[in-house]
Amino acid sequence: MSFWEYVGTRHAQLLTDAYQHASAVFQCMVIATLLGVFLGVVTYRSEWAGSLATTTTATVLTIPSLALIGLLIPIVGLGVAPTVIALTLYGLLPVVRNAIVGLRGVDPALVDAAKGIGMSRAARLFRVELPLAWPPILTGIRVATQMLMGIAAIAAFASGPGLGNEIFRGIASLGSANSLNQVLAGTVGIAVLALLFDAAYVLIGRLTISRGIRA
Amino acid sequence: MPETTDQPAANGRPATPAASGAGIRLENLTKTYPGSPAPAVEDVSMEIKAGETVIFVGPSGCGKSTTLKMINRLIEPTSGRIRIGDEDVTDMDPVKLRRKVGYAIQASGLFPHMTVAQNIALVPKMIGWSKSRTKNRVEEMLDLVGLDPGEFHDRYPRQLSGGQQQRVGVARALAADPPVLLMDEPFGAVDPITRDHLQDELIRLQHELHKTICFVTHDFDEAIKLGDRIAVLRERSHIAQFDTPEAILTNPADDFVSGFVGAGAALKRLNLTRVRDVGVVDFPTAGIAEPLESIFDRLRSGAHNELLLLDRNRRPYKWLRRSDLARARETLARAGTLVTDTVTRDATLRDALEAVLTDNAGRVAVTGRRGEYIGVVDMETLMNNVHELLEADRLEAVEHQHELQEQRARLTQREQEGLDEGGGSRA
Repeated sequence: MSFWEYVGTRHAQLLTDAYQHASAVFQCMVIATLLGVFLGVVTYRSEWAGSLATTTTATVLTIPSLALIGLLIPIVGLGVAPTVIALTLYGLLPVVRNAIVGLRGVDPALVDAAKGIGMSRAARLFRVELPLAWPPILTGIRVATQMLMGIAAIAAFASGPGLGNEIFRGIASLGSANSLNQVLAGTVGIAVLALLFDAAYVLIGRLTISRGIRA
Repeated sequence: MPETTDQPAANGRPATPAASGAGIRLENLTKTYPGSPAPAVEDVSMEIKAGETVIFVGPSGCGKSTTLKMINRLIEPTSGRIRIGDEDVTDMDPVKLRRKVGYAIQASGLFPHMTVAQNIALVPKMIGWSKSRTKNRVEEMLDLVGLDPGEFHDRYPRQLSGGQQQRVGVARALAADPPVLLMDEPFGAVDPITRDHLQDELIRLQHELHKTICFVTHDFDEAIKLGDRIAVLRERSHIAQFDTPEAILTNPADDFVSGFVGAGAALKRLNLTRVRDVGVVDFPTAGIAEPLESIFDRLRSGAHNELLLLDRNRRPYKWLRRSDLARARETLARAGTLVTDTVTRDATLRDALEAVLTDNAGRVAVTGRRGEYIGVVDMETLMNNVHELLEADRLEAVEHQHELQEQRARLTQREQEGLDEGGGSRA
């Protein structure tokens, strides 16, 4: 059976897997973004808190994904839970780091001006600092999403959802008729998803970054 | 015109068009940063009258900016009181205070992600103006600072030149019609020609609005040009002299001030007086439509050996000398020297002097609003006037000094009588 024949006969299963893969990455990215920006906002003004946040999230990233999921299974069990936790943790670093860098990069004169014309702390953050720091934050989100696409494949190890299942099934039955097709379908599917997400981010950037600061 | 019936002003400020200035009083303001032994600003007391433009000028690091920022409490004073109008604002909510005090900074401080209109509308929106009132106000402010609303409304700051940005910065600071305007080296980052324009604009604005303006600069010439009064500050914001530009130029309080004034005080003094304030002299004139014969006759017979030929609109056209007559047979087309430079009555004496010096006969024609001839200024008039001015300044300064000395004497006397003892009663 050729690759395309394989895709043709299994497209229902592949689409379900792809949808679950995308959905898992998307949801984890939303959580990672909210959490990451929050951490950034809380820590960017203090030198040590900022470095603490960056180092901690960077340390998480050095743990091999297989090991992290393996460590999570005894604690939270199999299935969706370890996948979500692992993906969110891995997605944090680029978001936190870029949020801190972006917020620290806002011209102090502008913050001074915002204060000087009578903006409250919250107004300064939401109307001046975050909009100006948004382009680097969005870049962080984009990088994190690309990373999570690959890491999410490992989730199948803990019986998680997604295209990783195809890959693992193929590896497990190496030598059988469709094993190579399975691995290939999973991998190509992930690559296609990653490209689609990237295109979506370009669109989001167009829509959310003010024309006044767009490069 | 701003709508006044739209809604009552939220903070009890009377909703009259263009609130003019409120006085500012600084009482023993001190700022000490944690960890530094010497205060950055020490015991500054100052009274700024309503509607006055006061310039803080001093070398960099003297604390002039810090002093300014304590007025809207961007920097909280360590001790001392600040009063604006009748209100003690030292302990009020700083956010509320700042919405009533306009603030313009170097390089405009415009938010790059907002359009010009959004930038200007910020403060009116924050204090709860209605949409339509805010919208009208934005158009009005753009007009006021000389930018066409239709063209600039939706532009982003980066699409503007430095000078235009600075104008928008001033418009934003004035949008909610605050009685007080603080300006922290606002024109420091623009080229000299634009700066000159912006300064003229500010003078024009202030003539219309009568705000109380505190303006920080390190450029003494800018201070002279803009200030009703100038506070020359030395380190820790100690006031070396606080007086009118004229008084500081002619009678600097000490070596520090005279060092800051720099060389050429008399020349700088020329910037403060306009041609209209000094006498212009009459000069024999002739209309171009007059018959040649009569013009010739007047040149030959008159006490003057030169006259000024005016065109049909009575604008200066040519200087005509007796010696030119030889060349003018039938027509004046080839005779005389064309008038290349004139000054208006609003020109400063410095401009006039410049023109007189470049003219090879040492005089310049003064013109009115439509360019019509009014009179002539020459070297002699200028010299006499400048001498008179300097003399008057000197007398005034001496008188002023007497007053100060008397005041000081009274104070010392009171202290000696023990009325002011227990000096630690500072707030």
